[in-house]
Amino acid sequence: MTNLVIAEHDNASIKPATLNTVTAAVACGGDVHVLVAGEGAAAAAAAAAQIAGVSKVIHADGASLKNGLAENVAAQVLALAPGYSHILFPATAGGKNVAPRVAATLDVAQISDITKVISADTFERPIYAGNAIATVQSGDATKVITVRTTGFDAAAATGGSAAVETIAAAADNGKSRFVGSEIARNDRPELTAAKIIVSGGRALGSAEKFNEVITPLADKLGAAIGASRAAVDAGYAANDLQVGQTGKIVAPQLYIAAGISGAIQHLAGMKDSKVIVAINKDPEAPIFSVADYGLEADLFTAVPELVKAL
Amino acid sequence: MKVLVPVKRVVDYNVKVRVKSDGTGVDIANVKMSMNPFDEIAVEEAVRLKEKGVVTEVIAVSCGVTQCQETLRTAMAIGADRAIHVLTDVELQPLAVAKLLKALVDKEQPGLIILGKQAIDDDANQTGQMLAALANLPQATFASKVEVAGDKVNVTREIDGGLETLQLSTPAVITTDLRLNEPRYVTLPNIMKAKKKQLDSVTPEDLGVDVTPRLKTLKVSEPAKRGAGVKVADVAALVDKLKNEAKVI
Repeated sequence: MTNLVIAEHDNASIKPATLNTVTAAVACGGDVHVLVAGEGAAAAAAAAAQIAGVSKVIHADGASLKNGLAENVAAQVLALAPGYSHILFPATAGGKNVAPRVAATLDVAQISDITKVISADTFERPIYAGNAIATVQSGDATKVITVRTTGFDAAAATGGSAAVETIAAAADNGKSRFVGSEIARNDRPELTAAKIIVSGGRALGSAEKFNEVITPLADKLGAAIGASRAAVDAGYAANDLQVGQTGKIVAPQLYIAAGISGAIQHLAGMKDSKVIVAINKDPEAPIFSVADYGLEADLFTAVPELVKAL
Repeated sequence: MKVLVPVKRVVDYNVKVRVKSDGTGVDIANVKMSMNPFDEIAVEEAVRLKEKGVVTEVIAVSCGVTQCQETLRTAMAIGADRAIHVLTDVELQPLAVAKLLKALVDKEQPGLIILGKQAIDDDANQTGQMLAALANLPQATFASKVEVAGDKVNVTREIDGGLETLQLSTPAVITTDLRLNEPRYVTLPNIMKAKKKQLDSVTPEDLGVDVTPRLKTLKVSEPAKRGAGVKVADVAALVDKLKNEAKVI
């Protein structure tokens, strides 16, 4: 039994989500290989070889893989698929984009967002926005899986010494083309990997207030900034900051929710955080039902006070 | 150009579901059902493309039990021209739905297929990508902007860290993200008109598709409950708790 992990990377370094996925792959049993598909991604491949638990890195190198187009990456994975019992992707935008394409071509079911490996063919995954946990068993020959990164610890990024094998990239599909990207500038810790997250909701009232109130607290704590869907839809925060069922799923040590009511969809994205703090002036807000510490106060006075007290 | 829009009937997003005590699933008897929110966005986008004149016909599709016809009527009230219902009582998993849709794509030859990015019941986020793979079409998932230009379509996608734009040649598969548009409310006159629109019914056997589930659900359980929290009186007490009790800062 051999497992293939599809690395998340930016052609220069390995993204942390890869490390959690390796842990899930190790839990499935058997050898773990990592595929780094990209262009000029030798440094990322070298970094992948250092990950503890990885026995081989396959570095597919070519222009067709530069931007991670689903058609080309899926073709690359499919070319390798016959040698593997499990193919695991991190459940990131990139992984979710490609994994079902691979599964459908192999004519197997795909198992989304697993949070636990029970055995080589049985997995736990949340359904209904995290309000229920399903235990599912796959009878397919190849298990194509996406891994909820917050469900697994990160594998050690060093200590391994896997061999790197370089292979030619899959041909370009010719039906899709990368035009451009607009990546939000962010000097803060990555939302999904942050130890502390400070999150703001609709109660902030405007983009200016959002920055004015939330940013100093995040700076003080070295935290990532998150937002509820209401805050994103109202334009107070960039949409890649959205925490929830349809945004990012996070599980930091400390999650501070300021001015967030706590709709089901938001809770689905953060209720596995270790400690949850809610600051809200509505005593009935559902967020208080999951908060370890609730402060019933106006966030415009409480948050600045909190910054001062830290 | 025709557009095919698959829609799913799901438990309404405002309902807090309960897990059955015997662990066989979630209790959905007598629970309010509605169209999956991402699918509403898909229908809206298809109708807007028609209103812009780049699309000639919008066909809504739903797979499942008889009641899915209500969901199709809603899609037609938003503006879909006609509907196809694939009737089956079997539990449908994404791969089976993708195969059913593939059969319909072969038959109807749409220029675009617009799906929601995920259904809020199984949270799978697979069907669009699977359909694209089976029909050998390019895909653009998590779309926040769609522009049709001749036989190409430019799609802006929401990715981790920002946005990216792809250009696909049609036919192509697009899945919608929340920010693509705001679906319109259906009006009473449109609901009445939708009742007269054409709704065809087929079965998986008619389409030659085996829909047997591949994944077996062994059990469904409640997520671990969080311990009851406490309310603190003021900021000083909160800082004290975080430093000395939780030790997280």
